[in-house]
Amino acid sequence: MAKDRKKIDFKKMEELPPMVMSLRSMAANPTGSWRNLKPVIDLSQCIQCTICWKFCPDAAIDWIDDNPVINLDFCKGCGICAEECPKKCIEMIKEGK
Amino acid sequence: MKKVMMGNHAISYGATLSRVQVIAAYPITPQTQVVELLSEIVADQKLKAEFIKVESEHSAMAACIGASSAGARAFTATSAQGLALMHELLHWAAGARLPIVMANINRAMAPPWTIWSDQNDSLSQRDTGWMQFYCQSNQEVLDSVIIAYKVAEKVLMPVMIVLDAFSLSHTYESVDIPDQALVDKYLPPFDYKYKLDVQNPHTYGGLTTPEWYMEFRIKMHEAMDQALVEIKKEAVAFKKVFGRHYDTVDPYMVDDAETVLVTSGTAASTARYAVDQLRAKGKKVGNLRMRVLRPFPFADVREQLKNAKKVIIVDRDISYGYHGIWAQEVKSALYGHSQVPVWNFIAGLGGRDIFPETFYDIIAQVGKKKKPDQELYWVEVKR
Repeated sequence: MAKDRKKIDFKKMEELPPMVMSLRSMAANPTGSWRNLKPVIDLSQCIQCTICWKFCPDAAIDWIDDNPVINLDFCKGCGICAEECPKKCIEMIKEGK
Repeated sequence: MKKVMMGNHAISYGATLSRVQVIAAYPITPQTQVVELLSEIVADQKLKAEFIKVESEHSAMAACIGASSAGARAFTATSAQGLALMHELLHWAAGARLPIVMANINRAMAPPWTIWSDQNDSLSQRDTGWMQFYCQSNQEVLDSVIIAYKVAEKVLMPVMIVLDAFSLSHTYESVDIPDQALVDKYLPPFDYKYKLDVQNPHTYGGLTTPEWYMEFRIKMHEAMDQALVEIKKEAVAFKKVFGRHYDTVDPYMVDDAETVLVTSGTAASTARYAVDQLRAKGKKVGNLRMRVLRPFPFADVREQLKNAKKVIIVDRDISYGYHGIWAQEVKSALYGHSQVPVWNFIAGLGGRDIFPETFYDIIAQVGKKKKPDQELYWVEVKR
């Protein structure tokens, strides 16, 4: 996933825009390794309300076949999805367990 | 069309003629009438613009930054504590290369609480990447707003128009309001190449590592160098259309002057009266009015002061524990290029009037001295 995304690259000052403008695509900057806690969704309880998808500050929740899927390449484990879920069916689990 | 107006309204007319599209401002004495009149002009639909009421000057500049990023011609005005509150976003506007124009009416900084004029507020923002144009008349104020947008949009750096509280802001003078059609021709609509565009999304101002940060700073510095070229170019272009000439510096009888009084803002008008009186008594005195602080006109300052035997810089500001701020600037331009002795006098802080007598006193204090015996001198203080 992340490895397919293109990094914006400059060689010389002349190629830079005058101001800092998308110097690198965040798509080429996977932040999943920042995570201590991992969200796990119990899809049997999920009502597909899309609230987790809307609230994720990193757009790290994809919507696939009518269900939320966490993109672990980018999820920093902030837990906002678990906090906002009205069914409380997202659990934050310690990484490595 | 000629009209008698206060300096603050000259700014409003300048912004209106420039067809600004977004105005965001917070009121502060002595700036209030600038945006008061603009709000009426917008409400009367004589100017197609968004007038955004904000809760602070910090927010006013933030709104201008947003508007300018989206490609709108943005305007604001402030004074003293308001300008200081904007400080963080002044860096942001310049670093984001947004050609915002702002008027700052020089009001002394508190405490002690004050509303009267001196230049410490704007000069304290010297290193934020804003151009600064200091004005001497209400006509110059109006014209400078229009020229400011022209220069700012060419080099993508913001401009601060600076004028003295009360002695310009609230003083009525005859001002020629240029024809809108001529202004439209001189100042075409702002076409911003890097604007926010939902069809072509970008991240702005993002984290930049040491690998590239410095290159962005070089680009800002080079834009300021280019701005100096553009200011000189516009001095000619503006005169061609409107008949009035505004350069980086404004000399008065300096060619054969042995002593040159260097001033900025309205103190120059008084200095010129004093020069006339002193000339009538056979004293070879001249006046150099500094108009542009940034980009600093090194070559013009050196050229204008090349014949002087004595240079006296009169600052309406002070860098505590150093010199007046204009004195630092002018001295640094002369260093290594000229042996002329330089005196620095501090006058008129907190709105104390600068009279012709102030300049006679300064000339008398310098007298026949060959060089200054103090780093700086205070005039007309109660000791």
